[in-house]
Amino acid sequence: MNAIPPEIRAAAPVVTPDAPAKPFLDRLFADGVLMPTGVDGLYGRSGAFEEVIDGFERLVERFSREDGAVKIHFPPAMPRVNMEKSGYLKSFPQLAGSIHSFMGNDADHCQLIAALTEGRDWSDYQSPTDVVLTPAACYPLYPTVAAKGAVPMSGLLFDLKSYCFRHEPSKEPTRMQLFRMRENVCIGTPTQVTEFRERWLERGPKLIASLGLPCELDVANDPFFGRGGKLMARNQRDQQLKFELLIPVNDGADPTACLSFNYHQNHFGTLWGMKREDGEEAHSACVGFGLERIALALFRHHGNDVAKWPDEVRDVLFG
Amino acid sequence: MATQIRELIGNHKILPVSMERVRDEDDLYELGMTSFASVQLMLALEEAFDIEFPERMLNRKTFASISAIDRSVSELVSGRA
Repeated sequence: MNAIPPEIRAAAPVVTPDAPAKPFLDRLFADGVLMPTGVDGLYGRSGAFEEVIDGFERLVERFSREDGAVKIHFPPAMPRVNMEKSGYLKSFPQLAGSIHSFMGNDADHCQLIAALTEGRDWSDYQSPTDVVLTPAACYPLYPTVAAKGAVPMSGLLFDLKSYCFRHEPSKEPTRMQLFRMRENVCIGTPTQVTEFRERWLERGPKLIASLGLPCELDVANDPFFGRGGKLMARNQRDQQLKFELLIPVNDGADPTACLSFNYHQNHFGTLWGMKREDGEEAHSACVGFGLERIALALFRHHGNDVAKWPDEVRDVLFG
Repeated sequence: MATQIRELIGNHKILPVSMERVRDEDDLYELGMTSFASVQLMLALEEAFDIEFPERMLNRKTFASISAIDRSVSELVSGRA
């Protein structure tokens, strides 16, 4: 099922450019591509960095438009009840981010200020709000689709983008705590959604290669939590439910997953009661683009000065 | 032991179908056991039989049918004795 097309498997071997002495993150800071904030994984982005992301998104959008995907934009947060229902806390409790706020009275406020002044933990005076941070761009979509009624037999296609939060502070610039994910999502019959994924499995490597980047497609699994998570990860791999397009970015580290191609089977259909017009549970699949990761891959391979990037890359990106 | 395993599957609502219809050799995944349900089943088995599945057993095959589970659990229980 869903075997990797041979022309992709035969792609050029993945090579990391010779690693210069200074770590990649420090070079990005030194050249002003990213700006440190004092917290690992939370950075400012330069105008040039944003233009690269805009350019890449235009390339994705060309395909999304051709496919007739409907564009929806959600804020980077979602209802807490939807995260609770989604199962995210069962699988990824270590990555989830919830939003808390002060909900006390004057006396509580005095205690909050006292805790702050004395440098004590002030989180005791915070309570959970109804809102959590979005962990993946497609999470707010499924309850929205389910609420609209039956999925038409022709299937549904969406083009989404969101800032996403994952609590995994790291010195690797490709592992940010807040980053943008562009996603195309298909909801329909198993055939419709697997064909959608096959289409992107072919397009993805070609798109990345057109930007002068080496890449490699591989079977992957999500970082499920704990011992039970190992079982889930193996299940996911055995069934080839997740593929990643890997690009070498970080010094001396494994290549970075910049695109992912996921077949959820009826997971979200069952969870949210998404049914098709024939009464069967809807299946879904998505392709996700890690926008910061793709931009970082471009900076890593073509240098920190976008003006000096090869003409053919600039033409594809900005032409 | 198969009876105990059946009870656990039923009590923990691992399958969307009634246990009477499930034969020992039936593929539980095909009967609708989700990946997360298999984790719940794994934890329930560990508690009930006082065992811990080693990493080599944390795969789809181990939990694929009542008889497969029976074999793995028997191996772990006899190893413990």
